[in-house]
Amino acid sequence: MNKIKFAIALCFCSFALFAQDYFPKNNGVKVTNTNYQAFTNAKIYVTPSQIIENGTLLIKDGKVVASGTQVTIPKNTTIVNLEGKSIYPSFIDIYSTFGVKKPERPNSNARGPQYGPSRTGYYWNDHVMPENRAIDKFRYDSKMAKELLKAGFGVVNTYIEDGIIRGSGTLVALNPSAGNEVRILDPQSGQYFSFRKSVTSRQSYPGSIMGSMALLRQMYLDADWYGKGYSQTKDLSLEALNDNKNLVQIFGAGNRVNALRADKIGDQFGIQYVILGGGDEYERIRDVKATNASYILPVNFQAAYDVENAFLSRSLSLGDMKAWNQEPSNPKVLAENGVTFAFTTHDLKSPKSFKSNVMKAIEYGLSKEKALEALTTTPAKLLGKSSQIGSLNKGAYANFLITSGDVFDSKTTLYENWVQGKKTVLENMDVKDIRGDYEFRLAGASYKMTLKGSLSKLKSEITSDGKTRGSKINYADDWVNISMTTKDSTQQKFIRLAAHVNHNNALNGKAIFPNGNEMTFYATKMPKEEKAKEDKKAMKDKVPKTTVAVTYPNVAYGFDQLPKAETLLFKNATVWTNEDAGVLQQTDVLIKNGKIAKIGKNISDGNATVIDATGKHLTAGIIDEHSHIAASSINEGGHNSSAEVSIEDVIDDEDIDIYRNLAGGVTSIQILHGSANPIGGRSAIIKLKWGETAQNLIYDDSPKFIKFALGENVKQSNWQSFARFPQTRMGVEQLYMDYFNRAKAYDELKKSGKPYRKDIEMEVIAEILNKERFISCHSYVQSEINMLMKVAEKFDFKINTFTHILEGYKVADKMAEHGVGGSTFSDWWAYKYEVNDAIPYNAAIMHNAGVIVAINSDDGEMSRRLNQEAAKSVKYGGISEEDAWKFVTLNPAKLLHIDDRVGSLKEGKDADVVLWSDHPMSIYAKAEKTIIEGVTYFDLKRDQIMRDQIKREKSDLINMMMQAKNKGLKTQPIKKKEKDQMHCDYLDQEQH
Amino acid sequence: MKTIYIKTIVVFLMSFSLGYAQQTPAPTQDKAVAITGATAHLGNGKVINNSLIIFENGKLTQVLDGTTVRVDMSKMDVINANGKHVYPGFIVPNSTLGLVEIGAVRATDDDSELGTWNPHIRSLIAYNAESKIVESMRPNGVLIGQITPRGGRISGTSSIVQFDAWNWEDAVIKEDDGIHMNWPNSFSRGRWWLGEDPAMKVNKNYDNQVTQIADYFNGAKAYMQSDKAIKNLPFEATNGLFDGSKTLYIHVDDEKGITDAVNFSKVHNVKSTVIVGGYEAYKVADMLKKHNIPVLLQRVHSRPSQSDDDYDMPFKLAKLLTDKGVTVALETSGQMERMNSRNLPFYAGTTVAHGLTKEQALQLITLNPAKILGIDENYGSLEAGKSATLFISEGDALDMRTNIITHAFIDGRLISLDTHQTELWERYSEKLKPKKK
Repeated sequence: MNKIKFAIALCFCSFALFAQDYFPKNNGVKVTNTNYQAFTNAKIYVTPSQIIENGTLLIKDGKVVASGTQVTIPKNTTIVNLEGKSIYPSFIDIYSTFGVKKPERPNSNARGPQYGPSRTGYYWNDHVMPENRAIDKFRYDSKMAKELLKAGFGVVNTYIEDGIIRGSGTLVALNPSAGNEVRILDPQSGQYFSFRKSVTSRQSYPGSIMGSMALLRQMYLDADWYGKGYSQTKDLSLEALNDNKNLVQIFGAGNRVNALRADKIGDQFGIQYVILGGGDEYERIRDVKATNASYILPVNFQAAYDVENAFLSRSLSLGDMKAWNQEPSNPKVLAENGVTFAFTTHDLKSPKSFKSNVMKAIEYGLSKEKALEALTTTPAKLLGKSSQIGSLNKGAYANFLITSGDVFDSKTTLYENWVQGKKTVLENMDVKDIRGDYEFRLAGASYKMTLKGSLSKLKSEITSDGKTRGSKINYADDWVNISMTTKDSTQQKFIRLAAHVNHNNALNGKAIFPNGNEMTFYATKMPKEEKAKEDKKAMKDKVPKTTVAVTYPNVAYGFDQLPKAETLLFKNATVWTNEDAGVLQQTDVLIKNGKIAKIGKNISDGNATVIDATGKHLTAGIIDEHSHIAASSINEGGHNSSAEVSIEDVIDDEDIDIYRNLAGGVTSIQILHGSANPIGGRSAIIKLKWGETAQNLIYDDSPKFIKFALGENVKQSNWQSFARFPQTRMGVEQLYMDYFNRAKAYDELKKSGKPYRKDIEMEVIAEILNKERFISCHSYVQSEINMLMKVAEKFDFKINTFTHILEGYKVADKMAEHGVGGSTFSDWWAYKYEVNDAIPYNAAIMHNAGVIVAINSDDGEMSRRLNQEAAKSVKYGGISEEDAWKFVTLNPAKLLHIDDRVGSLKEGKDADVVLWSDHPMSIYAKAEKTIIEGVTYFDLKRDQIMRDQIKREKSDLINMMMQAKNKGLKTQPIKKKEKDQMHCDYLDQEQH
Repeated sequence: MKTIYIKTIVVFLMSFSLGYAQQTPAPTQDKAVAITGATAHLGNGKVINNSLIIFENGKLTQVLDGTTVRVDMSKMDVINANGKHVYPGFIVPNSTLGLVEIGAVRATDDDSELGTWNPHIRSLIAYNAESKIVESMRPNGVLIGQITPRGGRISGTSSIVQFDAWNWEDAVIKEDDGIHMNWPNSFSRGRWWLGEDPAMKVNKNYDNQVTQIADYFNGAKAYMQSDKAIKNLPFEATNGLFDGSKTLYIHVDDEKGITDAVNFSKVHNVKSTVIVGGYEAYKVADMLKKHNIPVLLQRVHSRPSQSDDDYDMPFKLAKLLTDKGVTVALETSGQMERMNSRNLPFYAGTTVAHGLTKEQALQLITLNPAKILGIDENYGSLEAGKSATLFISEGDALDMRTNIITHAFIDGRLISLDTHQTELWERYSEKLKPKKK
């Protein structure tokens, strides 16, 4: 069925202009129009940069024949004189859903997750639908077309807004006077993507952004393999994906962070996506530019928050307030940085507000030429259709606007929008502009009248003796009809005026009084007096509006400029080396080039900033082996194994918890995947370089880790889920046996040199078997801990770390023998059945048995007090202070295989250090400075200054918002931003 | 269906096996005890170095400077605590200890009853004196708690218990001390299951919800004037609020909510009102001081509630309020609140790093909560005539490294410091002890 439709559509398109040639005609004789149409004396924007004054546009058969000043006009031409008027190419929106109904979630009483696909013959994941084609669903929507025509659009590329792969779009002209055979310019134009699942399927996978990313990658690999003919079965999705390869690939990222994620995928597979932006690109313009992508920008600049209520407005974050202020400058910033972009009406409630938003961007410094490019030549080029649309060069479709002047001026009237040579009149351009001030006398009284507004909706203001009269005006076909109230405002009586507009724009007619008497009425337009004032205002408008400065990150506590590495000399500190030297009293430490340069007495360095650390303690930075801060998703729970996903894909560099962790002396963390699955996802090991971008946080040459999990979470014991294997600890073992056996076979096949289907999940698990990737396994009870060690031994590798490991103390001897480390909570227990035997002495017993022990947080609050959590090992089990301190520094560094760089104070290691006001494990200690590679990312004194700045900046922005409201601008209600507290069992919120 | 049934049985059996563990409660004090030489932190801000502390029949008789007095101690048990520290037993208000044993096992959860208006629901009834979590408080010095129900607009009625008892009758210090009410929030969350944006938005029902509370109180007062021929249990339960025998604990965090709540309690002639949570109480500290309204301050070890807040806001709130003259005690509700309650001394310790003196911080978990809960006649400080509820620590009990408790007494009874956890520690330390070759 689809194929047939496609064939029909193709025919329509190719033969569009000749359709009549072979269509039977039964309602008259065949007529062929051979005439030309010329538009003369106009200012013609052939392209945004090629502007012709007093030019002529000649069109025929819906296309431009010629445009220029020396156009020869054939005899059979109808001519329209456009003196004083302008012609622009009409606009193009390449991110439109025009005429394509958005799929809806089917009504379903189904409960519980669905793991398999709903269809056969297609890809295994329902959310991958490259086979979908907008053309199959396209129905010309004349109501919407009218709105778009009014907003200046002539052509849109429309797509199906559903799923991760959304299939191909369709390029359509908004021609109201023809059928689809003419309108459809290209039935398959562009392939659309997003990270969002289809609403039509309940299939669980992917349940997170990182899952969507992994799915895209695997799909590309599978398509390649399929294309080479290796598959024994049919897959219409992969076939379509391969067929769509040469279309422009458009990714609906919708914000800067997702744009970078999409681009990263594209880079891996040699695809340069055109990316739907989110308006926040200016925040990290360098990274945005580095994608080399072209962007499609929505222009839905948000309204000011309604901040009148002082209590509620406290809940607004500086980041949100700044976004309101800064967003309109986004197009300017992109243009200045040479990033190509097109505008879209996407995200706007109605195209009506499109023009005013674009003009807002212009007020904030975007050049009109760039704005016009973003609406004409750029989208045309992105679609590979430059010769057909977006300009008024010869051969292009005759898609153009006739305006009274500059299209980006609020006073300009858009008269006509021509698409494929067919006219839509928006405002009658022969209408005389009668707007202005008038004076007239009637029956001895003198009146002043002002006519303003748009010509189609004129408004009148009439005063007499300084008093305003109620009045209404109607203006059409050169006649005005005005009614106004009489002097006695207590009576509902009216004077009516009926006048013809003469060639001088004077009003000449009669007045009819309430008593029926008629008098002559004559009003002339007064010369403009306030021109100077208006010019001044125009000048003022030309000065671009400014915005508050961007910080890194662009939220509270962000840096104006990224702090730099310094040469620092700490004098006279108590130094916790974590090395054989132990704790050194009254010792100096020199930091240089991001490294610990020297530890000793009486060190001097002429270039160093000296910090008096008398009475203070200097330690290595705290390392949290188990963290879930700074990530935008934690669990991919759609499958019981998710080795293909990686937290490195979803690092959130703006998370305020990064800053708060720095304030607690933390410098490195492992962001682990959650514990939803026996085989979880890959970790990100990062340094908390607040202000840097996500990619710069990740360790260079980072050790490779993956999260495994055991027990109640992977069995899904604590919520209503009975459909997924495994449901018992018995099943968990067999799941591992299955995956490791398969990965082993996969790896053998791969190494044999024979063809194989590249499978990211298997690649990752094979890395474990090849000892290239380490496991950190969420674990509680002794039986399962023992089990996993035995499974690993069967496959000749070792588990690297058991994390949580609350019953580690029961099997500490076995752990020591296996050689696995234990990264545990200091004192958590009793929150679920499997932690009923958890004891705070766990760390001590494991340590005493020879296990490398770390204390971790799994919690954004506890992580900022890990020094205190380490101190609990002194209380519970009598661990020495030096050893207890290693539980949160050197030992996690060892477990993460980064102890060659961090974890102790040793010459040559990274200068990741903390200066404490007191003994680092004292409850009374505060981190005063937290330094990573010589850069001071947290400083207690600077923090105080920043608090004042934040207060000031917020007050300023509140004032600006109040002003906006007082000006009568729209506002939006206050929302309270919440940061989810992420733990192991955190699941991404249902994508909506 | 069958699986669910079997699971239910398993859960039931498991919960049954969980309940037995508490150490045997100590017998009544039958001999006077003297603690000599310790640094005594009285809980009222004072410290006596080299103190002499004597108690008999459960009551403190002497709390003195040991360098200046001589007492015949021949008939007493004498504990030489030279170099050690003595503290009043710590008090944890607004706690669900004993109401829930294992958070994820529903069969063990008894903290939240069905319904919106539950003043008649009494926590004491469900308090499990033999909870393994309760006993784990004692080795850290937490000896008394206010057991408080959760949920609804009015959650129910709390009672105050001590942590060494055979059963709830045995445990109770003050029965039905107060009624707990959750003040409406200025923000509410969209109901995502109805397709609404789940983000926090201004609660448009706030005024309506406040009016409902007023209606409820007016209804209760009107009922008191009636002949009460037909009993209204919830209204009966509120009576104490108006005659002063019960305190109204209003759980509220935001500045406007606190102001509204205080005005509300004044208008309705509630005799004793306490703010619980109070994240923004520091903004209205003068008003709280003026109306003499104390605050049970939210967990010190928590994250700032808003992204732009000072990173140390939860750490320094106690200081901000104390400096303004508001009576502050620390509470521990929130995630994993029961097991975390043993960290109460460290919450107090953290407030010292952020401005308070050590003795001020100590007051936040001793005399101040005793005053706020109305048990200060007997508890909260080391003063002659008060209950001998105290403990000896090797060092500073507010610092985890030195909070090492050797003796603890409740009403003069020397209680066990063993727990399910210390037993496992001993058992497995023994198992894993390196064998002598």
